[in-house]
Amino acid sequence: MSFPWAKQYQPQHPLMQWIDEKLPMPRLVYNAIGAGYPVPRNLNYFWNFGVLAGAALAIQIITGIVLAMHYAANAGVAFNSVEHIMRDVNAGWFIRYAHMNGASMFFIVVYLHIFRGLYYGSYKAPREMVWLLGVVIFLLMMATAFMGYVLPWGQMSFWGAQVITGFFSAIPVVGEPVREWLLGGFVPDNATLNRFFSLHYLLPFVILGVVILHIWALHIPGSSNPTGIEVKDEQDTVPFHPYYTAKDGFGLGIFLLIFVALTFFSPNMLGHADNYIPANSLSTPAHIVPEWYFLPFYAILKAFTFNFLWIDAKLWGVIAMFASIALLFFLPWLDSSPIKSSTYRPMYRIFFWILVFDVLLLGWCGMQPAEQPWVILSQLGAIYYFAHFLVIIPIVSRIERPLPMPNSITEAVLAKHATDTSSASATA
Amino acid sequence: MASESELNAGIEDGVRRRDFINIAAVSFAGVGAATVVLPLVNQMNPSADVLALSSTEIDISAIQPGQAIKTSWRKQPVFVRNLVAKEIAEAKAVPLGDLRDPQTIDERTKPGKENWLITLGVCTHLGCVPLGAAEGENRGDFGGYFCPCHGSHYDTAARIRKGPAPTNLVVPPYEFTSDTVVTIG
Repeated sequence: MSFPWAKQYQPQHPLMQWIDEKLPMPRLVYNAIGAGYPVPRNLNYFWNFGVLAGAALAIQIITGIVLAMHYAANAGVAFNSVEHIMRDVNAGWFIRYAHMNGASMFFIVVYLHIFRGLYYGSYKAPREMVWLLGVVIFLLMMATAFMGYVLPWGQMSFWGAQVITGFFSAIPVVGEPVREWLLGGFVPDNATLNRFFSLHYLLPFVILGVVILHIWALHIPGSSNPTGIEVKDEQDTVPFHPYYTAKDGFGLGIFLLIFVALTFFSPNMLGHADNYIPANSLSTPAHIVPEWYFLPFYAILKAFTFNFLWIDAKLWGVIAMFASIALLFFLPWLDSSPIKSSTYRPMYRIFFWILVFDVLLLGWCGMQPAEQPWVILSQLGAIYYFAHFLVIIPIVSRIERPLPMPNSITEAVLAKHATDTSSASATA
Repeated sequence: MASESELNAGIEDGVRRRDFINIAAVSFAGVGAATVVLPLVNQMNPSADVLALSSTEIDISAIQPGQAIKTSWRKQPVFVRNLVAKEIAEAKAVPLGDLRDPQTIDERTKPGKENWLITLGVCTHLGCVPLGAAEGENRGDFGGYFCPCHGSHYDTAARIRKGPAPTNLVVPPYEFTSDTVVTIG
C-alpha cells in the first residue's frame, strides 16, 4: 500500500502499544495521513483541494446534524421551522448560513479539485479507480445538495423539486409512474419532503464512505504530482506529516477566511430571494434557475429545444444532461496519451483552457431565460463540451508531440530551483 | 471426513446431492429477499390518502368570454378558459400535420361546449405552471399559454407549438354537472 521507505509506526507508550496490538487504528491513521505516507515533494497548492473538500464535508455534516435538531420535515411547518431557526434558535442564523454557504464552498473546492485532475491528468493509469470513485462522489453530492435545497420548502425548493423530478417523466412509458413513485404523489408534497429529508440525512454518510474508498484507492499508487512523473525513489518524496499537513493547514486557513467572509458579509449572495417565499403549487416563479453549481448542466438540458430523430426534445435534454456527467466515467480510456501533466502537453493544455471557458459559458447561459441568444450559445457550448471529450481528447492524445520531460521528480525540482536562482541573480 | 470419492459415489451425471441443496437454499433466500424488497419499494408510491381521487366542483358562470381562471385539482393547477370565437377559429385553422401532438379542438373540449377549454396548468416539459391564465400575462407566440421556465409556447387550444415540451397540456377527466358547474375528477 505504500513505498518501501515509508516510515513505520512505532508506538512508544505502553498504552499505545497495547492498543496497536488489539486494534491498529492509530497505525492506520499514521499510514494514511501521518508520517507513514510518503508524498511527492513537488505538490503545488492545487493539491490542497482534496483536503479542503474533506473539511467542507465535515462542516456540512456537523452543521447539518445541528440543523436537524430544530428543523421539522412537514410541508405545513417546514418553511416556518427554517424561519424559526433563523430568528429564534440561539446562533441558528449562523449555523444555517454556514450550512447554506458551506454547500457552495464544497462545490467550489470540488470543481477546482476536478479541474486540477483534468489539467494534471490525475485520472490516468494507475489512478483510474480514484477518478471513478470521485465521479461517484460528485453524483452523490449533486443528489444531496438538490434534496437539501428542497427542505426549506420555499418557492425555489418546490419548483426545483418539480422540475428535477420532471426529468424522470421524460423516460418513455414508465416515466410518469417513476416520477409519481419518487414524489409519492402527483406534485411535490409532504411525502416528497419527508423522504428528501430522510435521504438528505443519509447520503452525506454514504459520501463519507465513498471518500474513504477514494483515499484508499489513491494511497495504493500514491498521490500524483504536477510533473505527472511517478515517484522513483525516496528522494522524490517527503512524509505527509509534517510537510503536507502544514501546507494543507495553510490552505485550510485561506479556505475558512473566504468561507466566513461569505457567511457573515454576503450570506444570500449565492441564493435566490424567491426561496424566502413559501412554496405555492399554483404559481411558478417568473424565472426559475437552480443553484449556481448546477448551471452548466442546466444549460445543457435547456439547449435541446427541438425534436431530433425519433426522440423528443425533452428526452434529449435529459439524456444530454446525464450524459455530460456519465461521460466523465470514460475519460481515463478516452485519453490515450501516456503523458499526464499538461505542463508537457502543449496542445491538450490549450483545449483544457477552452473547456474551462466553455463550462463557464454554459454556466452563464444556464442563468439566463430561455431566449436568444442564450439558446444558441447553450447549444454551441453543449456541442463543444461533448466534442471536447469524445473527439478532441482522443485525437489530441494521438497526434500531440509532448515536450521533453525530466527523468524524475527530483530532477524537475532541482532544474526549477536552478532557473529560479539564476533568474534571481540576473535581476539582482 | 468423507473423501471426494465417497461424496461422488453413485453419481453418474456429475451433479451431487449437495449441489442441489446449495442451489435450492440460495434460490429460496433470493426469493425471500426479493419479497422483502417489494414493500420497501412500494412504500414510496402515492399513499391511499393522496390517491383518494378528490373531485373538484367549479362554478364557471362568472368567467366572461376571453377570460380564464386558475383552480386546483389533486393539488395540481387547472386552467379553465372561456374561448372567444376568434380563438376557436384560430385553433381550427391549424393543419393537424403542423402539430407536434396532433389533436383537434373538438377532441379537447366537450360537444356543444367547445368554448370551454379545461386543462391542467402543468407544462408537459418539466411541470412548471405556464403563464396566460391571468389578465395581462404573457400568452406566448400562439396566443395560448407560455411556460417561462424553458420557453414552451401553447396555442389557443393549449396545444404545444414551440419549445421543449413534448405534448399538449393535459385535459383532465371532467363533466358538465350543469351549464354553469363543472366537476373535475
